[in-house]
Amino acid sequence: MHSTLRAVPANRTCPLFPPEKRSHYHQGAALDLNDLTRNPGQWLRGSGPESDIVISSRIRLARNLADFPFVGQAAEADRRRIEEVLKNAVLGMEDASRLLYIEVDDLTGVDRQFLVERHLISREHAESQGVRAVAIDGGERFSVMINEEDHLRIQVMQSGLSLDETWAQISQIDDHVESKVTYAFHEKLGYLTACPTNVGTGMRVSVMLHLPALVLTRQIEKVFRSLQKISLAVRGLYGEGSQAMGDFYQISNQVTLGRSEADLIKQVHDIVPVIVDYERQAREFLIKESHENLHDRVSRAYGILRTAQTISSEETMHLLSSVRMGVNLGLIRDLEIPVLNDLLLKTQPAHLQKLTGVELDSSDRNIERARYLRSHLHGDSKDDGAEKN
Amino acid sequence: MKCQKCDKPATFHITELAEGNPQELHLCEEHAREYLSQSTPGQIEPGNVAAALAQQMAQQMAVGQTAEELARLDQQVCPVCGITFYDFRSQGRLGCPHDYTCFEEQLTPLILNIHGETEHVGKAPRAGAQASQQRTQLIQLRREMKEAIAEEDYERAGKLRDTIRRIEEEDELKKTSD
Repeated sequence: MHSTLRAVPANRTCPLFPPEKRSHYHQGAALDLNDLTRNPGQWLRGSGPESDIVISSRIRLARNLADFPFVGQAAEADRRRIEEVLKNAVLGMEDASRLLYIEVDDLTGVDRQFLVERHLISREHAESQGVRAVAIDGGERFSVMINEEDHLRIQVMQSGLSLDETWAQISQIDDHVESKVTYAFHEKLGYLTACPTNVGTGMRVSVMLHLPALVLTRQIEKVFRSLQKISLAVRGLYGEGSQAMGDFYQISNQVTLGRSEADLIKQVHDIVPVIVDYERQAREFLIKESHENLHDRVSRAYGILRTAQTISSEETMHLLSSVRMGVNLGLIRDLEIPVLNDLLLKTQPAHLQKLTGVELDSSDRNIERARYLRSHLHGDSKDDGAEKN
Repeated sequence: MKCQKCDKPATFHITELAEGNPQELHLCEEHAREYLSQSTPGQIEPGNVAAALAQQMAQQMAVGQTAEELARLDQQVCPVCGITFYDFRSQGRLGCPHDYTCFEEQLTPLILNIHGETEHVGKAPRAGAQASQQRTQLIQLRREMKEAIAEEDYERAGKLRDTIRRIEEEDELKKTSD
Protein backbone atom coordinates (compact mmCIF):
# COMPACT_ATOMS: atom_id res chain seq x y z
CA MET A 1 0.00 0.00 0.00
CA HIS A 2 2.82 2.43 0.69
CA SER A 3 4.86 1.87 -2.38
CA THR A 4 6.76 5.12 -2.18
CA LEU A 5 9.73 3.76 -0.28
CA ARG A 6 12.61 2.79 -2.45
CA ALA A 7 16.20 1.89 -2.03
CA VAL A 8 18.73 4.45 -3.02
CA PRO A 9 21.53 2.70 -4.86
CA ALA A 10 24.53 3.92 -2.95
CA ASN A 11 26.82 4.35 -5.92
CA ARG A 12 24.36 6.83 -7.39
CA THR A 13 24.48 9.31 -4.57
CA CYS A 14 25.99 12.71 -5.01
CA PRO A 15 25.76 16.05 -3.24
CA LEU A 16 23.25 17.15 -5.87
CA PHE A 17 20.49 15.10 -4.37
CA PRO A 18 17.20 16.92 -4.69
CA PRO A 19 16.48 18.10 -1.18
CA GLU A 20 12.84 17.12 -1.09
CA LYS A 21 11.18 13.79 -1.55
CA ARG A 22 14.53 12.15 -1.24
CA SER A 23 13.21 8.89 0.00
CA HIS A 24 11.21 8.60 -3.21
CA TYR A 25 14.30 8.66 -5.31
CA HIS A 26 15.05 5.33 -6.84
CA GLN A 27 16.71 3.69 -9.74
CA GLY A 28 16.94 0.18 -11.04
CA ALA A 29 15.98 -2.70 -8.78
CA ALA A 30 14.05 -1.12 -5.95
CA LEU A 31 13.76 -2.37 -2.44
CA ASP A 32 10.87 -1.25 -0.32
CA LEU A 33 9.32 -1.90 3.04
CA ASN A 34 7.11 -4.56 1.56
CA ASP A 35 10.20 -6.59 0.69
CA LEU A 36 11.19 -6.48 4.33
CA THR A 37 7.74 -7.69 5.32
CA ARG A 38 8.29 -10.98 3.59
CA ASN A 39 11.57 -11.71 5.35
CA PRO A 40 12.13 -12.59 8.96
CA GLY A 41 15.01 -10.15 9.51
CA GLN A 42 18.55 -11.01 10.39
CA TRP A 43 18.19 -11.04 14.16
CA LEU A 44 15.28 -13.49 14.11
CA ARG A 45 16.90 -16.08 11.90
CA GLY A 46 17.12 -18.37 14.89
CA SER A 47 20.61 -19.58 14.14
CA GLY A 48 23.98 -19.01 15.73
CA PRO A 49 25.50 -20.24 18.97
CA GLU A 50 23.05 -20.93 21.85
CA SER A 51 20.20 -19.73 19.64
CA ASP A 52 17.56 -21.60 21.66
CA ILE A 53 18.07 -19.03 24.42
CA VAL A 54 20.17 -16.28 22.86
CA ILE A 55 18.01 -14.60 20.24
CA SER A 56 20.30 -11.91 18.95
CA SER A 57 23.31 -9.70 19.51
CA ARG A 58 23.27 -5.99 18.88
CA ILE A 59 25.73 -3.12 19.16
CA ARG A 60 24.93 0.53 18.68
CA LEU A 61 27.21 3.53 18.50
CA ALA A 62 26.13 7.11 19.22
CA ARG A 63 27.98 9.78 17.25
CA ASN A 64 27.58 13.51 16.70
CA LEU A 65 28.96 15.96 14.20
CA ALA A 66 31.34 18.44 15.84
CA ASP A 67 29.96 21.49 14.07
CA PHE A 68 26.25 21.33 14.90
CA PRO A 69 24.24 21.65 18.08
CA PHE A 70 22.93 18.34 19.42
CA VAL A 71 19.57 17.31 17.95
CA GLY A 72 17.44 18.70 20.79
CA GLN A 73 18.97 22.14 20.35
CA ALA A 74 19.21 22.13 16.54
CA ALA A 75 16.94 24.42 14.54
CA GLU A 76 15.05 22.98 11.58
CA ALA A 77 17.65 24.25 9.10
CA ASP A 78 20.44 22.67 11.17
CA ARG A 79 18.61 19.37 11.28
CA ARG A 80 18.25 19.42 7.53
CA ARG A 81 21.95 20.18 7.09
CA ILE A 82 22.91 17.40 9.53
CA GLU A 83 20.70 14.97 7.65
CA GLU A 84 22.24 15.96 4.33
CA VAL A 85 25.82 15.60 5.54
CA LEU A 86 25.24 12.23 7.19
CA LYS A 87 23.12 10.90 4.36
CA ASN A 88 25.93 11.52 1.91
CA ALA A 89 28.44 9.94 4.27
CA VAL A 90 26.32 6.85 4.89
CA LEU A 91 25.24 6.29 1.31
CA GLY A 92 28.82 6.67 0.15
CA MET A 93 29.70 3.30 1.64
CA GLU A 94 31.17 0.92 -0.90
CA ASP A 95 29.21 -2.13 0.13
CA ALA A 96 25.97 -0.23 0.62
CA SER A 97 24.49 -1.31 -2.67
CA ARG A 98 21.20 -2.36 -1.14
CA LEU A 99 20.53 0.43 1.29
CA LEU A 100 16.98 1.56 1.87
CA TYR A 101 17.01 5.24 2.79
CA ILE A 102 13.88 6.59 4.41
CA GLU A 103 12.82 9.98 5.72
CA VAL A 104 10.85 8.97 8.77
CA ASP A 105 8.52 11.96 8.56
CA ASP A 106 7.26 10.74 5.18
CA LEU A 107 6.10 7.43 6.64
CA THR A 108 2.62 6.51 7.77
CA GLY A 109 2.12 5.57 11.39
CA VAL A 110 1.88 1.89 10.48
CA ASP A 111 5.17 1.97 8.59
CA ARG A 112 6.93 3.65 11.50
CA GLN A 113 5.55 1.09 13.91
CA PHE A 114 6.61 -1.63 11.48
CA LEU A 115 10.22 -0.44 11.65
CA VAL A 116 10.06 -0.31 15.44
CA GLU A 117 8.75 -3.88 15.59
CA ARG A 118 11.70 -4.97 13.47
CA HIS A 119 14.13 -3.10 15.75
CA LEU A 120 15.27 -1.00 12.81
CA ILE A 121 14.37 2.29 14.48
CA SER A 122 13.74 3.21 18.10
CA ARG A 123 10.33 4.17 19.42
CA GLU A 124 11.73 7.61 20.10
CA HIS A 125 12.76 7.94 16.45
CA ALA A 126 9.32 6.81 15.30
CA GLU A 127 7.45 9.20 17.56
CA SER A 128 9.59 12.35 17.54
CA GLN A 129 9.20 15.18 15.06
CA GLY A 130 11.27 17.08 12.54
CA VAL A 131 13.75 16.05 9.88
CA ARG A 132 15.05 12.58 10.64
CA ALA A 133 15.92 9.51 8.64
CA VAL A 134 17.02 5.92 8.68
CA ALA A 135 19.19 3.93 6.31
CA ILE A 136 18.52 0.22 6.39
CA ASP A 137 20.67 -2.53 4.98
CA GLY A 138 18.63 -4.81 2.70
CA GLY A 139 19.57 -7.87 4.75
CA GLU A 140 18.68 -5.92 7.91
CA ARG A 141 22.11 -6.53 9.35
CA PHE A 142 22.43 -2.89 10.21
CA SER A 143 20.54 0.36 10.32
CA VAL A 144 21.65 3.94 10.76
CA MET A 145 19.37 6.49 12.38
CA ILE A 146 19.95 10.15 11.62
CA ASN A 147 18.73 12.86 14.01
CA GLU A 148 17.57 10.54 16.73
CA GLU A 149 18.74 11.60 20.21
CA ASP A 150 22.19 11.93 18.67
CA HIS A 151 23.00 12.96 15.10
CA LEU A 152 23.96 9.42 14.26
CA ARG A 153 23.01 6.11 15.80
CA ILE A 154 24.56 3.14 14.03
CA GLN A 155 23.38 -0.33 14.97
CA VAL A 156 24.40 -3.78 13.80
CA MET A 157 22.40 -6.90 14.62
CA GLN A 158 23.23 -10.58 14.36
CA SER A 159 21.35 -13.73 15.18
CA GLY A 160 22.59 -15.65 18.25
CA LEU A 161 25.59 -14.71 20.37
CA SER A 162 28.04 -13.08 18.02
CA LEU A 163 29.40 -9.89 19.50
CA ASP A 164 32.91 -9.88 18.06
CA GLU A 165 31.66 -10.12 14.51
CA THR A 166 29.04 -7.48 15.25
CA TRP A 167 31.73 -5.16 16.58
CA ALA A 168 33.96 -5.70 13.54
CA GLN A 169 31.08 -4.70 11.28
CA ILE A 170 29.96 -1.66 13.20
CA SER A 171 33.47 -0.36 13.66
CA GLN A 172 33.94 -0.55 9.92
CA ILE A 173 30.79 1.46 9.25
CA ASP A 174 31.90 3.95 11.91
CA ASP A 175 35.34 4.28 10.27
CA HIS A 176 33.72 4.94 6.95
CA VAL A 177 31.48 7.73 8.25
CA GLU A 178 34.39 9.18 10.21
CA SER A 179 36.43 9.47 7.04
CA LYS A 180 33.76 11.81 5.63
CA VAL A 181 32.85 13.97 8.64
CA THR A 182 34.31 15.37 11.87
CA TYR A 183 32.88 13.68 14.93
CA ALA A 184 32.43 15.52 18.22
CA PHE A 185 35.27 14.08 20.28
CA HIS A 186 36.87 15.23 23.52
CA GLU A 187 40.41 14.39 24.50
CA LYS A 188 39.40 13.21 27.95
CA LEU A 189 35.74 12.26 27.55
CA GLY A 190 35.82 10.53 24.18
CA TYR A 191 32.83 10.66 21.83
CA LEU A 192 30.48 13.40 22.97
CA THR A 193 26.78 12.63 23.14
CA ALA A 194 23.61 14.59 23.87
CA CYS A 195 23.09 12.66 27.09
CA PRO A 196 26.05 12.16 29.44
CA THR A 197 24.92 8.56 29.99
CA ASN A 198 26.35 7.68 26.55
CA VAL A 199 29.57 9.70 26.57
CA GLY A 200 32.93 7.95 26.02
CA THR A 201 32.57 5.02 23.66
CA GLY A 202 28.96 5.94 22.83
CA MET A 203 28.45 2.21 22.71
CA ARG A 204 25.60 0.01 23.88
CA VAL A 205 26.19 -3.72 23.58
CA SER A 206 23.10 -5.82 24.05
CA VAL A 207 22.10 -9.42 23.85
CA MET A 208 18.48 -10.53 23.69
CA LEU A 209 17.66 -13.61 25.71
CA HIS A 210 14.59 -15.80 26.03
CA LEU A 211 14.25 -16.71 29.71
CA PRO A 212 10.85 -18.35 30.28
CA ALA A 213 12.04 -20.90 32.86
CA LEU A 214 13.71 -18.26 35.02
CA VAL A 215 10.43 -16.33 34.93
CA LEU A 216 8.37 -19.44 35.77
CA THR A 217 10.60 -20.41 38.67
CA ARG A 218 10.60 -16.79 39.90
CA GLN A 219 14.35 -16.49 39.79
CA ILE A 220 14.47 -13.74 37.22
CA GLU A 221 14.48 -10.92 39.79
CA LYS A 222 17.52 -12.44 41.45
CA VAL A 223 19.33 -12.53 38.13
CA PHE A 224 18.43 -8.89 37.48
CA ARG A 225 19.70 -7.78 40.84
CA SER A 226 23.05 -9.47 40.38
CA LEU A 227 23.39 -7.99 36.89
CA GLN A 228 22.69 -4.52 38.23
CA LYS A 229 25.45 -4.96 40.76
CA ILE A 230 27.96 -5.32 37.96
CA SER A 231 26.35 -2.35 36.17
CA LEU A 232 24.61 -4.27 33.44
CA ALA A 233 21.11 -3.15 32.54
CA VAL A 234 18.11 -5.34 31.82
CA ARG A 235 15.43 -4.12 29.45
CA GLY A 236 12.37 -5.52 27.74
CA LEU A 237 11.95 -6.55 24.13
CA TYR A 238 11.80 -2.99 22.83
CA GLY A 239 14.47 -1.39 24.96
CA GLU A 240 14.24 1.37 27.48
CA GLY A 241 11.05 1.41 29.50
CA SER A 242 9.41 -1.39 27.52
CA GLN A 243 7.70 -4.40 29.02
CA ALA A 244 9.43 -7.73 28.96
CA MET A 245 6.97 -9.21 26.51
CA GLY A 246 7.02 -12.95 26.09
CA ASP A 247 9.91 -13.45 28.53
CA PHE A 248 12.38 -11.73 26.21
CA TYR A 249 15.01 -9.62 27.90
CA GLN A 250 17.88 -7.50 26.71
CA ILE A 251 21.06 -7.42 28.75
CA SER A 252 23.32 -4.47 28.06
CA ASN A 253 26.15 -2.37 29.43
CA GLN A 254 25.21 0.69 31.42
CA VAL A 255 28.61 2.30 31.60
CA THR A 256 30.09 3.78 28.41
CA LEU A 257 33.07 5.73 29.76
CA GLY A 258 36.41 4.58 31.08
CA ARG A 259 36.28 1.10 29.59
CA SER A 260 37.31 0.18 26.08
CA GLU A 261 34.89 -1.24 23.53
CA ALA A 262 36.64 -4.60 23.76
CA ASP A 263 36.22 -4.55 27.53
CA LEU A 264 32.55 -3.67 27.42
CA ILE A 265 31.89 -6.37 24.84
CA LYS A 266 33.78 -8.92 26.88
CA GLN A 267 31.75 -8.16 29.99
CA VAL A 268 28.46 -8.82 28.23
CA HIS A 269 29.91 -11.74 26.29
CA ASP A 270 31.16 -13.39 29.48
CA ILE A 271 27.93 -12.99 31.42
CA VAL A 272 25.64 -14.44 28.74
CA PRO A 273 26.76 -18.09 29.13
CA VAL A 274 26.21 -17.75 32.88
CA ILE A 275 22.61 -16.62 32.41
CA VAL A 276 22.06 -19.22 29.70
CA ASP A 277 23.27 -21.82 32.15
CA TYR A 278 20.85 -20.59 34.85
CA GLU A 279 18.01 -20.78 32.35
CA ARG A 280 19.00 -24.33 31.36
CA GLN A 281 19.14 -25.37 35.00
CA ALA A 282 15.70 -23.88 35.60
CA ARG A 283 14.36 -25.78 32.57
CA GLU A 284 15.87 -29.03 33.81
CA PHE A 285 14.36 -28.41 37.19
CA LEU A 286 10.92 -27.86 35.67
CA ILE A 287 11.22 -30.99 33.51
CA LYS A 288 12.26 -33.07 36.48
CA GLU A 289 10.07 -31.64 39.22
CA SER A 290 6.91 -30.71 37.38
CA HIS A 291 7.00 -32.41 34.03
CA GLU A 292 3.22 -32.77 33.73
CA ASN A 293 2.57 -29.19 34.65
CA LEU A 294 5.13 -27.92 32.21
CA HIS A 295 3.94 -30.22 29.43
CA ASP A 296 0.38 -29.17 30.13
CA ARG A 297 1.24 -25.49 30.06
CA VAL A 298 3.13 -25.80 26.79
CA SER A 299 0.44 -27.93 25.14
CA ARG A 300 -2.36 -25.62 26.18
CA ALA A 301 -0.46 -22.65 24.83
CA TYR A 302 0.00 -24.47 21.54
CA GLY A 303 -3.65 -25.46 21.54
CA ILE A 304 -4.88 -21.90 22.03
CA LEU A 305 -2.61 -20.52 19.34
CA ARG A 306 -3.89 -23.11 16.87
CA THR A 307 -7.56 -22.68 17.58
CA ALA A 308 -8.23 -19.15 18.84
CA GLN A 309 -10.61 -17.01 16.79
CA THR A 310 -9.49 -13.70 18.24
CA ILE A 311 -6.31 -13.03 20.17
CA SER A 312 -4.37 -9.99 21.41
CA SER A 313 -0.76 -9.30 20.64
CA GLU A 314 0.16 -9.62 24.29
CA GLU A 315 -1.45 -13.02 24.74
CA THR A 316 0.12 -14.23 21.51
CA MET A 317 3.55 -13.22 22.68
CA HIS A 318 3.00 -14.87 26.03
CA LEU A 319 1.81 -18.15 24.47
CA LEU A 320 4.46 -18.20 21.77
CA SER A 321 7.03 -17.91 24.52
CA SER A 322 5.71 -21.09 26.18
CA VAL A 323 5.55 -22.93 22.87
CA ARG A 324 9.08 -21.83 22.03
CA MET A 325 10.34 -23.35 25.27
CA GLY A 326 8.28 -26.46 24.53
CA VAL A 327 9.99 -26.88 21.18
CA ASN A 328 13.42 -26.41 22.75
CA LEU A 329 12.65 -29.07 25.35
CA GLY A 330 11.26 -31.55 22.85
CA LEU A 331 7.74 -31.32 24.26
CA ILE A 332 6.49 -30.14 20.88
CA ARG A 333 8.00 -31.93 17.94
CA ASP A 334 6.30 -30.64 14.85
CA LEU A 335 7.52 -27.06 14.96
CA GLU A 336 10.79 -25.32 14.16
CA ILE A 337 12.21 -22.36 16.06
CA PRO A 338 12.55 -20.14 12.97
CA VAL A 339 8.79 -20.58 12.36
CA LEU A 340 8.10 -19.34 15.89
CA ASN A 341 10.53 -16.45 15.60
CA ASP A 342 8.77 -15.47 12.41
CA LEU A 343 5.36 -15.61 14.10
CA LEU A 344 6.63 -13.50 17.00
CA LEU A 345 7.33 -10.72 14.55
CA LYS A 346 4.49 -11.11 12.09
CA THR A 347 1.72 -11.20 14.66
CA GLN A 348 2.65 -7.76 15.93
CA PRO A 349 0.22 -4.96 15.07
CA ALA A 350 2.03 -3.17 12.25
CA HIS A 351 3.27 -6.40 10.68
CA LEU A 352 -0.23 -7.81 10.54
CA GLN A 353 -1.45 -4.68 8.82
CA LYS A 354 1.42 -4.70 6.34
CA LEU A 355 0.74 -8.35 5.56
CA THR A 356 -2.95 -7.86 5.00
CA GLY A 357 -2.38 -4.58 3.20
CA VAL A 358 -5.12 -2.70 5.03
CA GLU A 359 -5.30 -0.68 8.21
CA LEU A 360 -7.11 -2.63 10.90
CA ASP A 361 -8.45 -1.49 14.22
CA SER A 362 -7.56 -3.39 17.35
CA SER A 363 -10.47 -5.87 17.30
CA ASP A 364 -10.04 -6.63 13.58
CA ARG A 365 -6.35 -7.13 14.22
CA ASN A 366 -7.13 -9.68 16.92
CA ILE A 367 -9.29 -11.65 14.49
CA GLU A 368 -6.71 -11.42 11.73
CA ARG A 369 -3.94 -12.41 14.13
CA ALA A 370 -5.85 -15.54 15.17
CA ARG A 371 -6.44 -16.41 11.53
CA TYR A 372 -2.77 -15.92 10.73
CA LEU A 373 -1.69 -18.11 13.66
CA ARG A 374 -4.13 -20.89 12.72
CA SER A 375 -2.97 -20.97 9.14
CA HIS A 376 0.71 -21.04 10.10
CA LEU A 377 0.41 -23.57 12.89
CA HIS A 378 -1.69 -25.92 10.72
CA GLY A 379 -4.14 -26.11 13.60
CA ASP A 380 -7.21 -26.97 11.58
CA SER A 381 -6.07 -30.20 9.98
CA LYS A 382 -3.01 -32.02 11.24
CA ASP A 383 -2.65 -33.30 14.75
CA ASP A 384 0.45 -32.42 16.71
CA GLY A 385 3.44 -34.28 18.08
CA ALA A 386 2.90 -33.02 21.56
CA GLU A 387 -0.08 -35.22 22.10
CA LYS A 388 1.27 -38.30 20.43
CA ASN A 389 3.94 -39.14 22.96
CA MET B 1 17.93 25.02 55.37
CA LYS B 2 15.50 22.49 56.78
CA CYS B 3 13.82 19.70 54.89
CA GLN B 4 10.31 20.67 53.83
CA LYS B 5 8.93 17.43 55.24
CA CYS B 6 10.85 17.02 58.49
CA ASP B 7 13.38 18.74 60.74
CA LYS B 8 16.50 17.25 59.19
CA PRO B 9 18.76 19.51 57.14
CA ALA B 10 17.80 19.70 53.47
CA THR B 11 20.65 18.26 51.43
CA PHE B 12 18.71 17.71 48.19
CA HIS B 13 17.56 20.66 46.14
CA ILE B 14 15.28 19.62 43.34
CA THR B 15 13.78 21.84 40.71
CA GLU B 16 10.60 20.49 39.15
CA LEU B 17 9.13 21.93 35.98
CA ALA B 18 5.38 21.69 36.16
CA GLU B 19 3.71 23.28 33.13
CA GLY B 20 6.63 25.62 32.77
CA ASN B 21 6.64 26.83 36.37
CA PRO B 22 9.80 25.84 38.17
CA GLN B 23 9.08 24.59 41.65
CA GLU B 24 11.87 24.34 44.19
CA LEU B 25 11.98 21.46 46.63
CA HIS B 26 14.36 21.20 49.52
CA LEU B 27 14.48 17.77 51.11
CA CYS B 28 16.58 15.60 53.38
CA GLU B 29 18.08 12.47 51.88
CA GLU B 30 15.32 10.17 53.06
CA HIS B 31 12.49 12.33 51.76
CA ALA B 32 14.34 13.06 48.53
CA ARG B 33 14.61 9.35 47.87
CA GLU B 34 10.96 8.87 48.61
CA TYR B 35 10.04 11.79 46.39
CA LEU B 36 12.21 10.66 43.49
CA SER B 37 11.01 7.10 43.62
CA GLN B 38 7.40 8.31 43.54
CA SER B 39 7.91 10.76 40.76
CA THR B 40 9.74 8.38 38.47
CA PRO B 41 7.23 5.74 37.45
CA GLY B 42 8.92 5.16 34.11
CA GLN B 43 6.33 6.84 31.89
CA ILE B 44 8.48 9.93 31.82
CA GLU B 45 9.72 10.33 28.30
CA PRO B 46 12.17 9.20 27.17
CA GLY B 47 12.07 6.22 29.45
CA ASN B 48 14.00 6.00 32.63
CA VAL B 49 17.06 7.92 31.63
CA ALA B 50 15.62 11.31 32.51
CA ALA B 51 14.43 10.00 35.84
CA ALA B 52 17.72 8.32 36.62
CA LEU B 53 19.45 11.49 35.62
CA ALA B 54 17.31 13.61 37.88
CA GLN B 55 18.23 11.32 40.69
CA GLN B 56 21.90 11.53 39.90
CA MET B 57 21.58 15.28 39.73
CA ALA B 58 19.88 15.52 43.06
CA GLN B 59 22.62 13.46 44.62
CA GLN B 60 25.33 15.56 43.03
CA MET B 61 23.82 18.83 43.98
CA ALA B 62 23.48 17.66 47.52
CA VAL B 63 27.14 17.85 48.30
CA GLY B 64 27.29 20.95 50.45
CA GLN B 65 25.83 23.35 47.94
CA THR B 66 23.55 26.12 49.02
CA ALA B 67 20.56 27.22 46.99
CA GLU B 68 22.51 30.36 45.99
CA GLU B 69 25.40 28.32 44.65
CA LEU B 70 22.97 26.12 42.80
CA ALA B 71 21.30 29.13 41.26
CA ARG B 72 24.67 30.48 40.15
CA LEU B 73 25.62 27.17 38.51
CA ASP B 74 22.19 26.90 36.93
CA GLN B 75 22.43 30.28 35.25
CA GLN B 76 25.74 29.64 33.56
CA VAL B 77 25.33 29.88 29.78
CA CYS B 78 27.21 28.01 27.06
CA PRO B 79 28.67 30.63 24.71
CA VAL B 80 28.44 28.23 21.77
CA CYS B 81 24.85 26.95 21.81
CA GLY B 82 23.30 29.30 24.35
CA ILE B 83 21.74 26.80 26.75
CA THR B 84 21.99 27.26 30.49
CA PHE B 85 22.91 24.52 32.89
CA TYR B 86 19.37 24.81 34.18
CA ASP B 87 18.13 23.92 30.67
CA PHE B 88 20.23 20.79 30.78
CA ARG B 89 18.95 19.89 34.21
CA SER B 90 15.36 20.19 33.09
CA GLN B 91 15.72 18.41 29.74
CA GLY B 92 18.43 15.90 30.59
CA ARG B 93 20.05 16.64 27.22
CA LEU B 94 23.02 18.86 26.44
CA GLY B 95 22.91 21.48 23.70
CA CYS B 96 26.25 21.06 21.92
CA PRO B 97 29.69 19.44 22.25
CA HIS B 98 31.09 22.54 23.94
CA ASP B 99 28.76 22.05 26.92
CA TYR B 100 31.09 19.32 28.14
CA THR B 101 33.82 21.94 28.40
CA CYS B 102 31.90 24.93 29.73
CA PHE B 103 29.81 22.95 32.25
CA GLU B 104 32.76 20.80 33.24
CA GLU B 105 32.56 21.81 36.88
CA GLN B 106 28.94 20.64 37.13
CA LEU B 107 29.22 17.63 34.83
CA THR B 108 32.32 15.97 36.19
CA PRO B 109 30.72 14.68 39.41
CA LEU B 110 27.64 13.63 37.47
CA ILE B 111 29.69 11.71 34.92
CA LEU B 112 31.70 10.12 37.68
CA ASN B 113 28.47 9.05 39.34
CA ILE B 114 27.05 7.50 36.15
CA HIS B 115 30.18 5.80 34.85
CA GLY B 116 32.48 5.54 37.83
CA GLU B 117 35.21 6.97 35.60
CA THR B 118 36.03 10.30 34.00
CA GLU B 119 38.40 9.34 31.22
CA HIS B 120 37.67 7.69 27.92
CA VAL B 121 39.50 4.51 26.99
CA GLY B 122 39.11 3.00 23.55
CA LYS B 123 38.47 4.02 19.99
CA ALA B 124 39.24 7.56 18.84
CA PRO B 125 38.72 9.26 15.49
CA ARG B 126 41.86 9.79 13.47
CA ALA B 127 41.25 13.53 13.26
CA GLY B 128 41.46 13.71 17.06
CA ALA B 129 40.03 16.08 19.61
CA GLN B 130 41.56 19.27 18.27
CA ALA B 131 39.86 19.03 14.91
CA SER B 132 36.60 18.48 16.73
CA GLN B 133 37.07 21.55 18.92
CA GLN B 134 37.89 23.73 15.96
CA ARG B 135 34.82 22.49 14.15
CA THR B 136 32.60 23.18 17.15
CA GLN B 137 33.57 26.88 16.97
CA LEU B 138 31.53 26.94 13.78
CA ILE B 139 28.32 26.55 15.78
CA GLN B 140 29.05 29.79 17.60
CA LEU B 141 30.27 31.62 14.50
CA ARG B 142 27.16 30.65 12.51
CA ARG B 143 24.95 31.77 15.36
CA GLU B 144 26.77 35.11 15.60
CA MET B 145 26.52 35.57 11.85
CA LYS B 146 22.78 35.01 11.97
CA GLU B 147 22.51 37.56 14.78
CA ALA B 148 24.63 40.07 12.87
CA ILE B 149 22.37 39.70 9.84
CA ALA B 150 19.30 40.14 12.00
CA GLU B 151 20.83 43.35 13.39
CA GLU B 152 21.74 44.42 9.84
CA ASP B 153 25.39 44.59 10.81
CA TYR B 154 26.52 43.34 7.41
CA GLU B 155 30.16 44.22 7.87
CA ARG B 156 30.41 41.96 10.91
CA ALA B 157 28.33 39.29 9.19
CA GLY B 158 30.71 39.36 6.23
CA LYS B 159 33.76 38.95 8.44
CA LEU B 160 32.14 36.06 10.26
CA ARG B 161 31.22 34.43 6.95
CA ASP B 162 34.86 34.61 5.84
CA THR B 163 36.07 33.05 9.07
CA ILE B 164 33.50 30.26 8.75
CA ARG B 165 34.55 29.58 5.17
CA ARG B 166 38.21 29.50 6.09
CA ILE B 167 37.64 26.90 8.80
CA GLU B 168 35.40 24.81 6.55
CA GLU B 169 37.89 24.88 3.69
CA GLU B 170 40.82 23.96 5.91
CA ASP B 171 38.82 21.01 7.06
CA GLU B 172 37.83 19.92 3.58
CA LEU B 173 41.48 20.00 2.61
CA LYS B 174 42.43 17.83 5.57
CA LYS B 175 39.71 15.31 4.82
CA THR B 176 40.64 14.97 1.16
CA SER B 177 44.38 14.77 1.81
CA ASP B 178 43.89 11.86 4.22
